Amino acid sequence: MISRRDLLKAAGAAAAGAAVPARTGAEVSTTAERHDLRHEAATRAPLESLTAEEAELLTAIVARLIPADANGPGAVEAGAVTYIDRALAGPLAASRESYRRGLAALERYAIQSRGAPFRSMTAVDQDSVLIDVEAGSATQSAGFDGSSATFFSMVRAHTWQGTFGDPYYGGNRGYIGWDLVGYPGVRTAVTPDDQRLGQLPPRVRRSAYDGDSFNKA
Amino acid sequence: MTQTLKTADVVIVGLGAAGGIAALPLAEAGLDVVGLEAGTRLTRRDFAPDEIRNNVRNWPQAVQKANHEVPTHRPNPDTPTTRAASHPMMNGVGGTTLHYWAQSWRLNPWDFRVASETTRRYGRSRLPAGTTVEDWPLGYDELEPYYDTVEWETGVAGRAGNVRGTLDPLGNVFEGPRQRDYPMPPLRGTGFTDLMAAAARSLGWKPFAGPAQINSRTFQDRSPCMYHGFCNRGGCHVDAKNGTAVTTIPRAEKTGRFTVVTRAHVTAIDVDQRGRVSAVRYVTDGTEFVQPAQAVLLAAYTYENVRLLLLSKSRGFPNGLSNNHGQVGRHYLSHAQEGRVTALFPFDLNTWYGLPAQGTAVDDFADDNFDHGGHDFIGGGNLWVYSDRRPIGAANMPTFGRAPSWGSAWKAFIRENADRVNVSYLQKTTLPYEGNYLDLDPHVKDPLGFPVIRITADYRDNERRLNDFIQDRMERWYRAAGAVAVIRSPLGTMGPSTHTYGGTRMGETAETNVVNRWGFSHEVPNLGVLGGSVMGTSGARNPTLTIQALAWRTADHLVKNWKTIAE
Repeated sequence: MISRRDLLKAAGAAAAGAAVPARTGAEVSTTAERHDLRHEAATRAPLESLTAEEAELLTAIVARLIPADANGPGAVEAGAVTYIDRALAGPLAASRESYRRGLAALERYAIQSRGAPFRSMTAVDQDSVLIDVEAGSATQSAGFDGSSATFFSMVRAHTWQGTFGDPYYGGNRGYIGWDLVGYPGVRTAVTPDDQRLGQLPPRVRRSAYDGDSFNKA
Repeated sequence: MTQTLKTADVVIVGLGAAGGIAALPLAEAGLDVVGLEAGTRLTRRDFAPDEIRNNVRNWPQAVQKANHEVPTHRPNPDTPTTRAASHPMMNGVGGTTLHYWAQSWRLNPWDFRVASETTRRYGRSRLPAGTTVEDWPLGYDELEPYYDTVEWETGVAGRAGNVRGTLDPLGNVFEGPRQRDYPMPPLRGTGFTDLMAAAARSLGWKPFAGPAQINSRTFQDRSPCMYHGFCNRGGCHVDAKNGTAVTTIPRAEKTGRFTVVTRAHVTAIDVDQRGRVSAVRYVTDGTEFVQPAQAVLLAAYTYENVRLLLLSKSRGFPNGLSNNHGQVGRHYLSHAQEGRVTALFPFDLNTWYGLPAQGTAVDDFADDNFDHGGHDFIGGGNLWVYSDRRPIGAANMPTFGRAPSWGSAWKAFIRENADRVNVSYLQKTTLPYEGNYLDLDPHVKDPLGFPVIRITADYRDNERRLNDFIQDRMERWYRAAGAVAVIRSPLGTMGPSTHTYGGTRMGETAETNVVNRWGFSHEVPNLGVLGGSVMGTSGARNPTLTIQALAWRTADHLVKNWKTIAE
């Protein structure tokens, strides 16, 4: 088993000297196009449940969970924060309080353990904080509601939903998530040729709710 | 205020896989039938190809009664209970057949005679310690005509392996003899399932396309399957999945004898002074209704069947309806469906489309299809691989120790491997035991204030040893097909499940069973029970077709014996 810390060490060594503050986006936004996407994600959607401060912290977190990098844009560009923000005002309303407490606790833990707010750390330091939160070892020092690991897995699950789910819900903008995993797209009829080995069908990019075939959830 | 309604001949509680079947033979016989369903009607327009709606949010537009009644679970009485976040079953006209996988198997003849066949072949000592297993009061041959009826009336696609003793190696040669073929050919194969079938043959095994209650061609004027990839917990957008909502229920309604009542939350079953069932009570929007009936068929899924009986106390039945022998809730088991094997391949599988029922099966190690003389367990497992993948699920694949679970290294891994993983489905024989049972939770209540079901149950050595054996076979199969890594998942616990059995077991004697060989209560002659709760063994395959064959048979028995049972 490769531990996450080992991988991080390797990554840190490789990136030695290049550890710039994540919020500048310098190590992730390598093209103007990606920068535009990111800018759009941050500015376009008015918040429905999160405070501006919470949304910025959550943006910094999901930027590390699925980063923009050589393999393309990530969760921020996909609009995962918009997905989560909208869901917390609706179907995930029961988790709103867990976000309020969890985000505040994560920030307290960052300051207590690393002496800096999460958003002003280097990416490597942010990852090390998230590793502690994921492992549950941030739990006691910072007042998470339950284990910090529970908070981490909740944020991870919602980030994945917001990156790889149907764009109808505010995430997966530009089909970033579907491109990343190579999903050929929503079809309502699939041919035998579409299911052959060694030959993926051509990509189609549409939401389930385009074209008014279906009642909206 | 309570409203008392006009007396019906038969009231069916729950219009899912079982109740939705029973309605048709009853209504066609001219009986006045009322079906009480907690959920609403859903149509193909409700079945968007949307992973968040189906697989993440559990159908937000649907009635969520079951989700407010999630059973608690503990492996044994010395362990505190835990409670899952959601209930696996669905409320709606058609019930869980709206979104189930639709695998539509007949049980193996052995499953009806586990006790006597094990004794005959290996000796009585080979029955696991503590098991309460009995032979069913009927054999495969007696149920065969009802299997046949349900296959042809609802539409099951498959390849017969044994028609009146003539074996076809492209079908399941281990199945019991059937009187004729399926009404439709099996669902088509895919590149991946063809690869797996070839690998199974290279091992000397006998792979075949399994049966599905899904149209492989136009059937009863409904569309063939579109293989679009949202069948797993999804309803069908072209009505090709032959659940009761599009098959038997509309046909029963067309007779003019069947009334569907939606959003009916049943709370109790009343008895008269003679100890016979007289009415069913339900609540809709805060108003209580009493629906009198000559006969009642309880078809609300195992947990709710048992709960309604235990909650329906009266002077004649102080411990719950039909429970004067203390058998309601006993002999409970949930199917050993977990303990999956997951494989990583070094090439793309193109399994983004398809459905769980579009697969390849191996039955060489199921039931008693192989000699258990050298093994330390009885029973077996059905090996099943299939084509089914959606993006959120794909992105949550295990990383086989080759990458962390987030970050850039994860992203690189998922980009390469999202279409290279496959998860098998391994259903295994599970037995009833002393000490595994359902009762009412003394602490946890539903929103109306009624206690929820408490599951006290755990797997025993037989299930664990069998799980190891089956996982070995599955790993061999994957590696023969080229897999480079496998993960074996644990068997898990006997918490809430979609495959549950017992609780109102069917058997000859009232001392150890709740219902008789026809599905009617030993204690209450005009009360029938439908569903997996009457089954005493699990078999190694999905229970729905057996549940439906039994439901049709119970309804048929009621029609043929109406005066004796209901009047």
